[in-house]
Amino acid sequence: MLSLRNLSKRFGGVVAVDGVTLDVAAGEVHALIGPNGAGKTTLIGQISGMVGCDAGTIIFQDADITRAKPHERVRAGLARSYQITSIFRRFSVLDNLALAVQARSGSSFSFWKPVAAERALFDEARAIAEEINLGAKLGFQASTLAHGEQRALEVGLALATRPKLVLLDEPMAGMGPEESNRMIALIGRIRAQVAVLLVEHDMDAVFRLADRISVMVNGRLIATDRPEKIRLNPEVRKAYLGDELAA
Amino acid sequence: MTGILLLEQSLNSLQFGLMLFLLAAGLTLVFGIMDMINLAHGSLYMIGAYLMASLAQATGSFWVALPLALVATAIVGALLEISLLRRLYERDHLTQVLATFAVILIANEVVRLIWGNQSLMLNAPAGLTGPVTLPGGMQYASYRLAIIVVGAAVALCLYLLVTKTKMGMLVRAGASNREMAVAMGVNIRRLFTVVFALGAALCALAGAMLGPILAVQVGMGENILILAFVVIVIGGIGSIRGAFVGALLVGLVDTMGRALLPIAFAKMFPPQVASNLGPSLSSILIYVLMAAVLFFRPQGLFPARG
Amino acid sequence: MSKVLKVAFPLGIVIVFPLVMHAMDQQFYISFATRILIYAMAAASLNLVLGYGGMVSFGHAAFFGAGAYIVGILAFEGVTSLWISWPMAIAVAALAALVIGAISLRTRGVYFIMITLAFAQMMYYVFVSLKAYGGDDGLSLSSRSTGLGVSLSNDFAWYYLVLVLLGIVLFLLHRLLHSRFGRVIEAIRENETRATAVGYPVYRYKLLCFVISGAIAGLAGALIANQTSYVGPALLHWVQSGTLMIMVILGGVGRFWGGPVGAGVLLALEELFSGSALLGSYSLHWQLPVGIILLAVVMFAPQGIAGAFAKKPQ
Repeated sequence: MLSLRNLSKRFGGVVAVDGVTLDVAAGEVHALIGPNGAGKTTLIGQISGMVGCDAGTIIFQDADITRAKPHERVRAGLARSYQITSIFRRFSVLDNLALAVQARSGSSFSFWKPVAAERALFDEARAIAEEINLGAKLGFQASTLAHGEQRALEVGLALATRPKLVLLDEPMAGMGPEESNRMIALIGRIRAQVAVLLVEHDMDAVFRLADRISVMVNGRLIATDRPEKIRLNPEVRKAYLGDELAA
Repeated sequence: MTGILLLEQSLNSLQFGLMLFLLAAGLTLVFGIMDMINLAHGSLYMIGAYLMASLAQATGSFWVALPLALVATAIVGALLEISLLRRLYERDHLTQVLATFAVILIANEVVRLIWGNQSLMLNAPAGLTGPVTLPGGMQYASYRLAIIVVGAAVALCLYLLVTKTKMGMLVRAGASNREMAVAMGVNIRRLFTVVFALGAALCALAGAMLGPILAVQVGMGENILILAFVVIVIGGIGSIRGAFVGALLVGLVDTMGRALLPIAFAKMFPPQVASNLGPSLSSILIYVLMAAVLFFRPQGLFPARG
Repeated sequence: MSKVLKVAFPLGIVIVFPLVMHAMDQQFYISFATRILIYAMAAASLNLVLGYGGMVSFGHAAFFGAGAYIVGILAFEGVTSLWISWPMAIAVAALAALVIGAISLRTRGVYFIMITLAFAQMMYYVFVSLKAYGGDDGLSLSSRSTGLGVSLSNDFAWYYLVLVLLGIVLFLLHRLLHSRFGRVIEAIRENETRATAVGYPVYRYKLLCFVISGAIAGLAGALIANQTSYVGPALLHWVQSGTLMIMVILGGVGRFWGGPVGAGVLLALEELFSGSALLGSYSLHWQLPVGIILLAVVMFAPQGIAGAFAKKPQ
């Protein structure tokens, strides 16, 4: 579904992404792991269109989107959640999701009809809120949610655009074990309809969810394989996993 | 004839540009390091000019009054920073714009209350009132030449200060990454006050030197403030080098434009059109320049932050 | 107070005001109130783009002044019918907003503020240089616009016309802000990155908002030209832009009545400090207390500002 071919990006003298080639198949959960500063977030930025590409191509559903604008990619079915929570803080949970639903249901160059009258919009938003376990918090202002709930809303916003593939950038950042389990369950639920490229540091989650794992170090991909193979890969062990996972 | 005109206008451009640099340097530092839009910068320029005019009258000497005016304005600047402006660093740009706009209103009225509505007389120092003959035979106002000399000297001092001294290094570090500078133990509060006072002194110098040429009156700050902002946007926020290049560029475009465009237009268009078109187009030239720079290099010519 | 009363009471005052003033033989205040209504419209238009859209435009006077000048110029050339000159004022202001917005909105943050300021200055210089239309001194209109059955030099008729227009504009703004478009604009203000990441072509929305705002300001400009029977370049000066911003802040950024309330408060303060015996011989310096009050509001009344701009975006 998503093909990255030889993607590169430099910032001044620093090469952040160096010739990355990677595929994500439909229905797959593909994890991307690596030490901090490896270039994972830059890569996600390139795929979502917020960061440019110095070289390489991005093919999404057989279309070359390397030069497509960010909102066009979202329209095509490629959504993203952010590592640092980026939601509409002063909107309620319901309004947050409704906004995302609104984006893909008809034109928003509509100036007269009040949005509040559009039941279908809000019904869908409620449904998504249920999926992400925020059904009880619809009326709450997003900024008042607990951290884990905000991360869930973050993912929910990405899902509300009904994507074919979603880029999850460290969804479990800053979460305790209970919240992490809920997030893992959520990703498990959505994998049927949505392909996932998951960037994470939480190894427990990665090994539970991933169909394949790619390892990125210093901007380059050093391995792509099934989880069991990655666990045993000596280069990966040396560069990243260390001996922790041997246990 | 055209050669002399060009030379004269080039010198005028240089003179204007260097004075603009004095204003822009303080503004870009405050903006670059504290990330603050300070509309009251023009007010410091005005206060400097007024203090200079009063002190020159009181002491009877231009050169005695000048350092006094600089110090006095620097003190005013420091007081302003300590009492009010430092509370604005953490606020958003809109708040800064409005608060410093309020300062402009207050400053204008306070100046009116103290000095009245009339513009003040500020004379060029004796000895610099006449023209000087330049190599090549051309006459040029000696005072304007003095401005160029003073401006260039200050620019050089500023350059040395910023690149060669420890304080300069701190300033540059603060401009490119404030959090890092704080993390390295720099006393940010004191640095800011010093930077601000220095900027105020530079404003006062510009105001004092331009006083004999332009009028010393309420509202003089606003007119030149916009030009200073254009300069730092073109040059790159936070960059002294950018302020220098930007100021010279703006000085050049503005002065040359005003002088040459009406002449060129008079040759190309009927007089009715030319007399309307010429002045208006030359006024907007620098804004066109700024728009062009923003279009091709949105961070300005020499951005301080990577 | 019941909701109906909350609306009916101020509405009643506003409708009955001129009659009361006439009865008290204070004609001047009818004209003064009309001035407030016009600035309320201008401030409301700025609030749309600034408070709701989050775009700190420091050049709004350009659209206000352009609208005024169109009416002035047309009147000078003999066209006084409001059916021609007012729509033209709106159209020209909207066009200016389209051009200025299209370029400015490609920048953000302080660059946006600066470039809108610069464009407004450009327009100021263009109009100042129009010697044929008054240049520095401006242009006087011999009478108010014609075209309705009633003569608009009648203060009553003028007041009620402006009131109706303001009412229509505020009603349309209300619908706009609660429509899909309004939601998107507010979302863009809240978190532009997220709005893009959810699939909105943000630039187009901002530009359209900017143009709508400019058009309304143009109408307000047409009205101010009629109000004072005079247009001058000061209408386009950046200090005028600042004044409009002050109104929006005083009234409450991003709150529906922010523009009108702010206009009323500021003009009332101006009148209070400059005209009355309050300051005695110091009344010429009315800008001083206004400046102090503005400063106080900005520094200590975060509700007005916190509405839309709580902390610095990181």
